[in-house]
Amino acid sequence: MLQYIIRRVLIAIPVLLGITLINFLIIKLAPGNPVDMFINPNTPKELLDTKKELLGLNDPFFLQYFKWLLNLLQGQLGYSFSTYAPVTVMIGERLGPTLLLASASLVVGLAIAIPVGVLSAIRQNTKFDYLMTGLSFIGTSIPQFFLGLGLIYIFAIQFRLLPTGGMTTLGGSGGAWDLIRHMIMPVFVLGIVIAGKKVRYVRASMLDVLQQDYLRTAQAKGLHPFIVTNKHALRNALIPIITVVGMEIPLLLGGSVLIEQIFQWPGIGQLTIQSILSRDYPTLMGLNLVAAFIVLVTNLFTDIFYSAADPRITYS
Amino acid sequence: MGLPEYQLRDTSVQPVVYTDHVEAEIVEPGAFKQIWKRFVRHKLAVAGLIVTVLLILTALLAPIIAPYNPATVTNSFSAAPSGQHWLGTDQVGRDVLSRLIFATRVSLLVGFVTVALYVTFGTLIGMAAAYFGGWLDMIIMRITDMFMAFPFLMVILVVISVLGSNMTTIILVLALFSWPGVARLVRGSVLAIRQLDYVKAGIALGYKSPRILFRHIFPNAVGPIIVNATFGVAAAIMSEAGLSFLGMGVQPPTASWGNMLTDAQSLTVLTDQPWLWVPSGTMILVTVLAINFVGDGLRDAWDSRN
Repeated sequence: MLQYIIRRVLIAIPVLLGITLINFLIIKLAPGNPVDMFINPNTPKELLDTKKELLGLNDPFFLQYFKWLLNLLQGQLGYSFSTYAPVTVMIGERLGPTLLLASASLVVGLAIAIPVGVLSAIRQNTKFDYLMTGLSFIGTSIPQFFLGLGLIYIFAIQFRLLPTGGMTTLGGSGGAWDLIRHMIMPVFVLGIVIAGKKVRYVRASMLDVLQQDYLRTAQAKGLHPFIVTNKHALRNALIPIITVVGMEIPLLLGGSVLIEQIFQWPGIGQLTIQSILSRDYPTLMGLNLVAAFIVLVTNLFTDIFYSAADPRITYS
Repeated sequence: MGLPEYQLRDTSVQPVVYTDHVEAEIVEPGAFKQIWKRFVRHKLAVAGLIVTVLLILTALLAPIIAPYNPATVTNSFSAAPSGQHWLGTDQVGRDVLSRLIFATRVSLLVGFVTVALYVTFGTLIGMAAAYFGGWLDMIIMRITDMFMAFPFLMVILVVISVLGSNMTTIILVLALFSWPGVARLVRGSVLAIRQLDYVKAGIALGYKSPRILFRHIFPNAVGPIIVNATFGVAAAIMSEAGLSFLGMGVQPPTASWGNMLTDAQSLTVLTDQPWLWVPSGTMILVTVLAINFVGDGLRDAWDSRN
C-alpha cells in the first residue's frame, strides 16, 4: 500500500512538470504583451523596453520558463499585471469561496444521487425508476447558465426570496444565514448537474451488487431487507462511486467559471474571467496551475481511498 | 464494472461519458442489424434520434425556413413576440426566431466537427498505446494525465482568450482537451481485446500490426467509441454554448444559442424580455437531451448483456 502511494506520487511529479510546461506554452502563444497593451502609446520606446526587460519579456522562451519554474518552487507565482499584487495572494483570496461552493455542491449532489440511485435500482423498471432516469438526463443536459438564470428569474426577481448574486449582502451584518442564502441557488444548480450524472452511476453500481451471491446469502439468512440494502449492498455499491466523485473535481473547478459569473460569486472562476479581460497572464497561469494541482492531488487521494475501501484490490 | 486498476480508470473529462463496458465482444455478421433492432426498442432514444434529425434538417435548410435574415436589423427593437416576429426581436432589432434557426448550424457544426476530430485522434493514439505498450504507452498515458488535470472549461477559456475566439479555434481547442478521454477508453478496449484468442491467432499467422489493429481489433472496439462520441457531441455543444455565453465563443453578429443568452445577464432582459433568453436556453436543453438519449440508446443496444 505504502509502496503504491509512493509510486503514484512519483508518477505525479513528471505530470506536474508537464502541466507547468503546457501552461507556460499556452500563455506564451498570446500575441502582443501587457506592456504594449497597457501603457500609453506616447510613452517613449526606451521606457517600454526597460519595462519589458524588467518583466523579463525579452528573454528566450526556455529561460523565461525556468525563471518562472524556479520562482514556482519557492511558492512564487509572480505578480499580477493588472493589480500588481502577488498572484498567490490574489488566488488565495478567491480559492476559499470556490472550494466552499464546490464542496457544498458535491455534498448536495451526492445527497440527492445516492438515495435516488439506490431506490431506482431496487425498484428497477418501475415508474419511479423511469421518472428518475428521465430527470437525471434533464439534469445533465440543462446548461448551468440557463438553469441559473431561470432560478434567478423565479426566486430572486419574481418572489424576491433569495439574493440575485454575490456571497454576502453589501453593508449587511453578514453571518452564516446570509452566506447560506447566497449559496442556495448556485449550490442547487451545481448539485443538480452532479446528481444527474451520479444517479445513473449509483443505480448501475447498485444493480451490479444486487446480483451478487453474498446478497442472496444475506437475504436467505433472513436479515431484514433494510439491513440487506443499506449495510450489505449500499456499502459495496458505493466503492466504485469514489472514483466517479474524483472525476467530478476538474469539472467543478472548470464549471466554476460559469456559475461564478452568473451568481457573481467571488471565486477563482470569476477571477479567471477578470484576468482574461485584463490579459493578466501571470494570474491566468497561476489559476490554471493551482486548479490543475488540486485536480492531481484529488486524483491521488481518490486512488488511495479506493484501494483502502476495497481490500480485494491489490497493487503490484 | 471495469477493473479499478489505475490505467483503466475512467477519468474522462467530458460531462456524461459512460465507459463502464469495455469488455470485448465479438461482432458477428449482421451485428449492426441486431444493434439497430435493440436501439429502436428504446423509445426515448428513438425520440432523441428524430429530434436530432429534425435539428440537422433545420441547420441544412436554415435559409429556407428562417423568416428573416439573422443579421438584418428590422425596424423594431426588443419587441415582444408578435405575428410578424414569432419570438420577438433582440436589442439590435434582429428577428430572434431566425437567429435561433441559424444558430442550429453553429451548434451542430461545432458538436460534430469537434467530436470527429478528437475521436479520430484519440482512437489512433489509444490503439497505439495499447498495442505497442511499453514506454510508448507510459508516455502517452502521462500526457493524457497532463491534459486531463486541467479543469476543462477554465483552461479552454484561457486558451481561446489567448488565440482569439472564432469557430475554428473553438473546435480545435475543445478537441485538444477532449481526446485524452477517448484515448484512454480505446486503450482499455484494445487491451481487453488483445487478450482474445482470435487476435493471438492473427499474430501467430504472422499478420502485420496495422492489419491486426485495424481489421481485427478496431471493429470490436468500435461500439464504446461510437457511444462515447455521441455523448461527446452533446458535451461539445454544451461547451460551445457556455463559451459563447461568457463572450469567449462564437462572436456576434453570428448567432449562437450561447451568445443569445449573454444579454440575459442584465436584469432588464432577464425580467422584461424573456423571449430573448428562454428560447435559446430551451434549444440547448432539447438538443443536448436528444443527443444524450441517442447515446444512451446506442449504449444499451451495444451492450448485449441487456
